[in-house]
Amino acid sequence: MYRQTEIISDDSESPSPGGFGEAGDLIINVGPQHPATHGVLHLVITLNGETIKKVEPHLGYIHRSIEKMCESLTYRQFIYVTSRMDYLSAHINNHACALCVEKGLQLEIPHRAQVVRVLLDELTRIASHELWWGALAMDVGAFTPFFHAFRERETINDIMEETCGARLTMNYFVPGGLMADIHPNFQKRVKEFISLYKLKIKEYDELITGNIIFQNRMKNVGYLSAEDAISYGCSGPTARGSGLSCDIRKLYPYEVYDKISFNEVIENGGDSFARYMVRIKEMNESIKIIEQLIDNIPEGDFQAKTKVVLKLPKGEFYSRVETARGELGVFIVSEGGTTPYRIKFRSPGFSNLSALDHMARGSKLGDLIAMMGTLDLVIPDIDR
Amino acid sequence: MSNTSKKLNNSTVSPSGLGAYFKEVFNAVKSLFVGLRRTGYYFTHHKEIITQQYPDNRETLNLPERFKGEVVMPHNENNEHRCTGCTACELACPNGTIKVITKFDITPDGKKKKAIDKLVYHLELCTMCNLCITACPSDAIVMAQTFEHSVFDRSQLTKILNNPGSKIMEGIE
Repeated sequence: MYRQTEIISDDSESPSPGGFGEAGDLIINVGPQHPATHGVLHLVITLNGETIKKVEPHLGYIHRSIEKMCESLTYRQFIYVTSRMDYLSAHINNHACALCVEKGLQLEIPHRAQVVRVLLDELTRIASHELWWGALAMDVGAFTPFFHAFRERETINDIMEETCGARLTMNYFVPGGLMADIHPNFQKRVKEFISLYKLKIKEYDELITGNIIFQNRMKNVGYLSAEDAISYGCSGPTARGSGLSCDIRKLYPYEVYDKISFNEVIENGGDSFARYMVRIKEMNESIKIIEQLIDNIPEGDFQAKTKVVLKLPKGEFYSRVETARGELGVFIVSEGGTTPYRIKFRSPGFSNLSALDHMARGSKLGDLIAMMGTLDLVIPDIDR
Repeated sequence: MSNTSKKLNNSTVSPSGLGAYFKEVFNAVKSLFVGLRRTGYYFTHHKEIITQQYPDNRETLNLPERFKGEVVMPHNENNEHRCTGCTACELACPNGTIKVITKFDITPDGKKKKAIDKLVYHLELCTMCNLCITACPSDAIVMAQTFEHSVFDRSQLTKILNNPGSKIMEGIE
């Protein structure tokens, strides 16, 4: 719904026909084409002076009806579409779908495939958080960090390109394991990345974390209490910044996550800076996971033996994983055929966005973009 | 919100007064110079710049062998390919990118044999998901490392993968 910028005149007693605001309120549109929304997100903001009274997200600008599309694709084919939802954690999306199909088929995945899947998931998480870090810094007005973030992210993309053949939409996880074995250079390249990362992560703190301007933009802004995080259905770093333990990798371990040691990063601040620190620390935890696994990739098959045509038994199957943004759930209803009868994705971005209105009310317009940055929104994930 | 306001008091208005105030100002200015030092370091160290000068480096650009750029059908020197026309790739494709048009060849001993007439590939529909390559039982199609697909007309993206006059290799069933 498109609504022009308008000043509701003082003499109108009743609220405007659309139900927006009261007399004297200013209604402005941010987006759908706005550089700070990182995609086609349309926010209708009701302002009183510079204070935000209400934020109303309007969705639908990048709706591709992925759930409906999946109903006409076979269980092998539908996984590639999910790379286009949360394109920054494409591997993890594919992982959730592959897990759900494997649950239905009751497939046992080779140990090698499990370890490689976790390794690639964590590399994706670092790449995603690095892009978020650069984009957040750009949202609050610092331009240089964006290039620093992309320098390290490029190294991960090169690893992905070598092993999976693509840089963003990989489609490397298939039901039963992996599409191909890892590249012979994989271990060497990942170790190179780890040493590079440890050298460069200090620069992140020097450039942004310690910076007084950044801290003042982040601290005590966009407060979200743990109770509100639960009631809005937030997950991932957004909820963990409010002191909520919600890491699916810890609570409902899949693959080999229960056999490796890592900490669930929880900050109790609840403000934008707490969410920022969760993601920065989470990158270090991901490095810890990769270090534990990279020398211990077991030998063996990379793919379990599957039939050419996959048929799930009649029933309902659900699987969930922790993406870089939170909990992604995949729900498949099968009628016993080769295509799903109904498929539903519970995407983390949608629930996290719903908390934006609550967080932004009462704060200034300038802080809205900073708040939105710490939610780490990927619009195709919200809209699907 | 009580939680945040308490923290606000601790950080900005410290109980110990003027000394702490100046310390905070000093730390704030210092934090800016720490960041500037890092920027200055890269300004003076040109060897750390990693920018690739595309398209000037096109000659030396090496893409990994698994890079998924475009589906191609390799032919040998006798203009022979490995495709049997089984349509496994067409069935595996989620987008209808591949269309296999078959014909019947008459073998020298008088039998009819199925062979491909045309393997039509719509590059404009392809998402490089690699499912056709893994589905192919005779390794007739592979992914090429080309990535500069820009053309002036969309019809140029519809390609016929088998060469004109090509036939199937000996011994491929």
